[in-house]
Amino acid sequence: MLPDLGKYALPVLTAYGASLGLILAIVLLTLWRGTRVRRLLRDVEQRQGRTDV
Amino acid sequence: MSIWEYANPKKFMETSAIALPWAAAATAACLVAGLVWGFFFTPDDYKQGSTVKIIYLHVPAALMAINAWLMMLAASLIWLVRRHHVSALAAKAAGPVGLTFTLIALVTGAVWGQPMWGTWWAWDPRLTSFLILALFYLGYIALWQAVENPDTAADLTSVLCIVGSVFAVLSRYAVNFWNQGLHQGATLSLDKEENISDVFYFPLLLCIGGFVLMFLTLVLLRTRTEIRVRRVQALLARERMA
Repeated sequence: MLPDLGKYALPVLTAYGASLGLILAIVLLTLWRGTRVRRLLRDVEQRQGRTDV
Repeated sequence: MSIWEYANPKKFMETSAIALPWAAAATAACLVAGLVWGFFFTPDDYKQGSTVKIIYLHVPAALMAINAWLMMLAASLIWLVRRHHVSALAAKAAGPVGLTFTLIALVTGAVWGQPMWGTWWAWDPRLTSFLILALFYLGYIALWQAVENPDTAADLTSVLCIVGSVFAVLSRYAVNFWNQGLHQGATLSLDKEENISDVFYFPLLLCIGGFVLMFLTLVLLRTRTEIRVRRVQALLARERMA
């Protein structure tokens, strides 16, 4: 249930929406790239028979 | 035990693997608690109405935008002086996170400024220095991408980081240097006895803690990824030479 934001509802919700969107974007981007690189490293290491890092 | 042990990628990977789940859980707890408390359970300000709720995003994001750059400065100096690769990669990892915080501060500031000042933007000392800081972040990220040799990229970005630090510091103290413009002075200061009313202060502290922990978590995650990228590059180079 949203609190009563009165006449400033639009700026407050815009600020929260934009900020949470940006946070979500950097988190998802970080996780996506991390997963992709981890998979790539595993493939290369398996091909070369190494598992150091 | 010395702090320089963590400059060893293997040691860093081991330690960060243990720290990451705790950091992520603490981030989620602080952010959710702080934002829910601030958004749902704090009153409107007598002057600013419900727009005061933007403080829980704007102040922590602005604080971390500046401090992320200062962390990058410290890591860059360590790279330049001691040539520890993990520190250069940590600085690289922090760039996009710092840019995100800078954008949040700029967007929330504009959205807050419109109803309070009557304008989205003004060429005010703090706003302008913050915009320049955002451009420095973009330049820093672009420079890492543009230079192929990783050590050269680390050298060049470290120098850029030192130059950009002027604007990071300026954006913090601009309102003190030039006593003009629309932006108010610092919301929180160690010099003052009381900063803002306790009803806003405690959820704000929780949100600041959440942003600090989010920065730490994301930088740890991204540094681990950068270390793995280096490892992939090294293995592929060895494969090509064989």
